Amino acid sequence: MAASHEANQWAVEIEDLVKRFGDFVAVDHVSLKVRRGEIFGFLGPNGAGKSTAIRILCGLLAPSGGRAIVGGFNVATEPEAVKKNIGYMSQKFSLYDDLKVEENIDFFSGVYGVPPEQRAKRKEFVLDMADLQERRDSMTRLLAGGWKQRLALGCAILHEPPILFLDEPTSGVDPIARRGFWDLIYQLSESGHTVFVSTHYMDEAEYCHRLALMYRGRIIALGEPSTLKKNLRSHSLMYLDSSDPLESMKALEGKKGILGVAVFGAGLHVSVQDPASTRRQIQDLLGQRGIHIRRLEMISPSMEDVFVAMIEEEERKAS
Amino acid sequence: MWHRIREIVRKEFYQALREPRMRLLLVLPPVIQLIVFGYAVNLDVENSRVAWMDQDHTPASRELRAAFQGSRYFQITNTLTQESEGRQLLDQGKVQAMVRVLPGFSRDILGGQTAAVEILVEGSNSNTAAIVSSYATQVVSAYANQVLARQQAIRLVGASTSAGIPISLRLPSLTVNSRVWFNPSLRSRNYFVPGVVVNIIALITIMLTAMSIVREKEIGTMEQLMVTPIRPVELVLGKVLPFALVGLLEVILVTAAALLVFRIPFRGSGFLLLGCSILFLLTTLGAGLFISTISQTQQQAMMASFLFFMPAFMLSGFTFPIHNMPVAVQYLTYANPLRYFVEIVRGIFLKGIGISILWPQMLTLTAIGLAVLGSSSLRFRKRLE
Ligand SMILES: Nc1ncnc2c1ncn2[C@@H]1O[C@H](COP(=O)(O)OP(=O)(O)O)[C@@H](O)[C@H]1O
Ligand SMILES: [Mg+2]
Repeated sequence: MAASHEANQWAVEIEDLVKRFGDFVAVDHVSLKVRRGEIFGFLGPNGAGKSTAIRILCGLLAPSGGRAIVGGFNVATEPEAVKKNIGYMSQKFSLYDDLKVEENIDFFSGVYGVPPEQRAKRKEFVLDMADLQERRDSMTRLLAGGWKQRLALGCAILHEPPILFLDEPTSGVDPIARRGFWDLIYQLSESGHTVFVSTHYMDEAEYCHRLALMYRGRIIALGEPSTLKKNLRSHSLMYLDSSDPLESMKALEGKKGILGVAVFGAGLHVSVQDPASTRRQIQDLLGQRGIHIRRLEMISPSMEDVFVAMIEEEERKAS
Repeated sequence: MWHRIREIVRKEFYQALREPRMRLLLVLPPVIQLIVFGYAVNLDVENSRVAWMDQDHTPASRELRAAFQGSRYFQITNTLTQESEGRQLLDQGKVQAMVRVLPGFSRDILGGQTAAVEILVEGSNSNTAAIVSSYATQVVSAYANQVLARQQAIRLVGASTSAGIPISLRLPSLTVNSRVWFNPSLRSRNYFVPGVVVNIIALITIMLTAMSIVREKEIGTMEQLMVTPIRPVELVLGKVLPFALVGLLEVILVTAAALLVFRIPFRGSGFLLLGCSILFLLTTLGAGLFISTISQTQQQAMMASFLFFMPAFMLSGFTFPIHNMPVAVQYLTYANPLRYFVEIVRGIFLKGIGISILWPQMLTLTAIGLAVLGSSSLRFRKRLE
């Protein structure tokens, strides 16, 4: 009894998950757990292996090794039971462009086996949620990106699954629509859904309860956004605004005490081990090259800085 | 299970009927093929040049010659005494056929025996050759019938005078000849238009099935479908049933056009035609399904459909008679479902034959169909997993 209760605490449990395509390892011994009701962010640059991992969790791909439990069911041995418990929005836009909004909803309602007496209610719910009441009769192809995305989400949750996998749901959508979409994700989380969402927009990481950073198939950081940022404070971040950012970058990269340099807006983010001593060093290095420093100050890192720093560290380790 | 299949079928119909490209694909091929094979391809032979060799030298043989002369299909350009002259003319292409009336022709035909006429046809164009030889046979047997009718009239007179001889005395086997020729009005259109049914249903169902499945892969909805409770077998049925219906509809439309526009005779059973079409559809839908598993884009699917269809079309006996093919190729045609369906369709249209004669073809089609559809479904399933 106690054991099953404890098992129930986790919506997703992954242990040592591996996926190989031939010699290529797309998912490399990944382990993580997602709590019920949590918004779990899955971050990483393109090609990191996020989609592959999500497709395994949805029962679409067989893992090459390890174990994945979703909603209490093993994805390798009980994919049908897994599918009943999940909603999945694939990375590609996944509705029928040549059907009307309502027809898309009706179709997915039908194939998900939503009981006929509930279909009308679920349809209204989705139309309200996606703000598509007035366009229920429009061709899906004619909707703007943000609306399409919301409709796709709506169609993926018609059967009221407790766990949602959203693979880069906001890619290619304008910032306002992205904000609106995240509001939806919050609503779903508040109503008890577990949301497993991947993105390559680093700013979206801040919205997640917990997140994992994936890089080249491996998880290189896992935790709450604030914790990850705190860990990074062991090395500090400075903002540098100079007359020639690119030259500055070349001048600083790989120098002692400087852990990483990344372009950020018009300036640079420089992560350093010891701000006090490195400040002088930076001034000297740039001064030698005649680069004028307009601003050089300590800042608190954003999620993006955390990830840039971690990925740079990974690359340093690799080389 | 069925409600999910119904959802997919409904969706396919919405999509097929809305997409202009799809609509075009439903209408254009049948219209083009009907025009090409109904109007443009005219293999009807008129005024073929014939070399004549009479070894009988009787009034009857001269009458036969007059019958050839009088037919609009032939003109006698050479009269020969040596067979070798005739072969030379044939080789040079100066005549298309040589007719040799063998000694004893008059005796045989008046005696009610099979007439001894030899027809040599220049065979470089197998179609024309088949048609020329069929026309020549036709003329000969028409003449024979004419002779018989005359004789019968004589006998009727004789019977009434010297009562006691049965009237049906010697109605000989000659009349059977003209019934074997399944195209008695001698129009190549009769031969081709029914075959269009075969081409259309093959081309359209292969292509539409393959493309509609590949499109789901292309736009990413296939993955979405795979997380729904839809099982592969349901997806397969939901995908092929709409195109089976479309195929049957095309059969009906092309048949209607054949009857109403081209005045092709339809001597057999319409239900049998539809039934056999269903058997044939097993193969084409299976082929479409198979193509969908080897194609990544709709373009590839379309190319692959043509690559599959063209040889099947060539080896179906639709345009090129199978008995003129090299023996090895003839064996190959036994594996070609189009071959059997062409035989069935022509048989039903022109000869009016039924299951009692067509069952071997029907059985073979069923066997090929189940094998193709079964293995394609398995492969499709594997690919999804
Ligand atoms: N079916 C496949 N066969 C071979 N390689 C694949 C396949 N699917 C993905 N990959 C490779 O695996 C890596 C991870 O891809 P993916 O999971 O899509 O990354 P992400 O979603 O993080 O951008 C990529 O290098 C991709 O090329
Ligand atoms: Mg991806």
